[in-house]
Amino acid sequence: MSSFWSIWISVLSLGTLLGCYLLLRMCLKNFADVEEGESTGHNFDGIEELNNPLPKWWSTFFLLTIIWGFGYLLVYPGLGNWEGLFGWTSSNQGILNLEESRAKAEYAKENNLIVQYDMEVKSADAKYGPIFDAFAKRDIEDLGTASDEEAITARKVGQRLFLQNCSQCHGSDARGTTGFPDLTDNDWLYGGKPYDIKHTIMHGRHSQGMIGWESMLGGEQGVKDMTAFVLSLSGREAKEGSVAKGKANFAMCSACHGQDGTGSDQMNLPIGAPNLTDNIWLYGGSERVIQESIRNGRAGVMPAWDEILGHKKVHVISSYVYSLSHQ
Amino acid sequence: MTNKHEKVEKSVGLFFILTIMAISVGGLVEITPLFFQKATTTPVDNLRPYTALEMEGRDIYIREGCHVCHSQMIRPFRAETERYGHYSVAGETVWEHPFLWGSKRTGPDLARVGGRYSDDWHRAHLIDPRSVVPESNMPSFKWLDVNKLDGELTAKKLETFNFLTRNRTHKDEEGNAIPLYSAEDIANAKSEVAGKTEMEALIAYMQSLGHALK
Repeated sequence: MSSFWSIWISVLSLGTLLGCYLLLRMCLKNFADVEEGESTGHNFDGIEELNNPLPKWWSTFFLLTIIWGFGYLLVYPGLGNWEGLFGWTSSNQGILNLEESRAKAEYAKENNLIVQYDMEVKSADAKYGPIFDAFAKRDIEDLGTASDEEAITARKVGQRLFLQNCSQCHGSDARGTTGFPDLTDNDWLYGGKPYDIKHTIMHGRHSQGMIGWESMLGGEQGVKDMTAFVLSLSGREAKEGSVAKGKANFAMCSACHGQDGTGSDQMNLPIGAPNLTDNIWLYGGSERVIQESIRNGRAGVMPAWDEILGHKKVHVISSYVYSLSHQ
Repeated sequence: MTNKHEKVEKSVGLFFILTIMAISVGGLVEITPLFFQKATTTPVDNLRPYTALEMEGRDIYIREGCHVCHSQMIRPFRAETERYGHYSVAGETVWEHPFLWGSKRTGPDLARVGGRYSDDWHRAHLIDPRSVVPESNMPSFKWLDVNKLDGELTAKKLETFNFLTRNRTHKDEEGNAIPLYSAEDIANAKSEVAGKTEMEALIAYMQSLGHALK
């Protein structure tokens, strides 16, 4: 801050405090030509105004708040460039990028500066850091299925983190909703092994995206035939003639959904094409919705959480998610 | 000695002037200097202007009163940064006119909501919030998916922002100010948004929130 603004702030702040003091002093003097406690001669409907002084307790407190004000400005950084007696600040200022923010926090830590936010984080890290470190030492499968106290705690922590960050899409019961996968049914788009789950959360998933197939299937009837075949894959009723016609075209679909329609995960391809044979439906399994999916395509996106949560928290969430389908 | 206090009490004009002087001290000390500080007027390194579509989305955000229930200001408390991410810094909002920090959180803070959810999620959530979050008390904004933008005023909005941010922009290597929007941006503004739905614009805007400190 330039010295002009520093002086501006200081003069106005201290001047106000001084002004308050002078105002108080003026008000404590008796300017009326009447003795204190005597009648001023003002009389309204029989109510008489006396020339009473300000109450002692009130003016004393007023004076104390002024003194408090000076004390506060001495201890805290209120006067322009004055940093306060202890250099207290609420958070690091003038940050222009994340590296700078981290560097400033590190500097404050090393030099024991009183940056309130950094101190709060430091004490929380000291308390929770070792707990997350202990969780991180055990693998996800162990943490997700073991019945010792630490593993149970880890899953509870994982559930809290899940509710905070994941439930908006996957639901607070993790059963998902239309377009957002159910995590409890052990049916996976990108693999259900512990590492797969962690990878999905860390880096997110951008499904290859299913394109709309209407024109390639030869129009509306082609979509209907394909729908019939897809319905038949999970053992549901469909018109036989349509099923056969749909099946003839399924080669186009098999690149992603597999020859037998069991999905990309069966082929170890991370493209998120669902299994069509298990009667679990991401976007709904009615004839109408399946037609819609085939006609217009679908593309799901899982955001990446690495930068937001850090890998240790993701590890704990992974173990919770793993536990949901391995109870 | 005359009673000076009586003078103030009996003259409305003088009392008015003295009152104005007394209550403006707070603003003069706490607000005015901030207009002239480097720390509060320098954009953060990665700050980029809103695209034409995001700009329209921002106006819809204002029109629908999103800022009444959602703040865009993460305070430097661990409880907030754990949930929302890095605390908000001044350099992120130097191009905001008006700023949308908000003052009340019926819903969560949105300062860093960009990238947290997919576009599909936002769409489902804005049409029917309870379809994805059963506990939500947010109203539905389904008309956004129907209303189309015509882009008539988009170019004007970009020009206005060029004017409002003229002293606050990034500088090029020679220290010259780079305007937020080039002549080309302004010329293309209409075609970029015309025909898009308000939903697309609002989602684009929300996905951009928090981009500057990533």
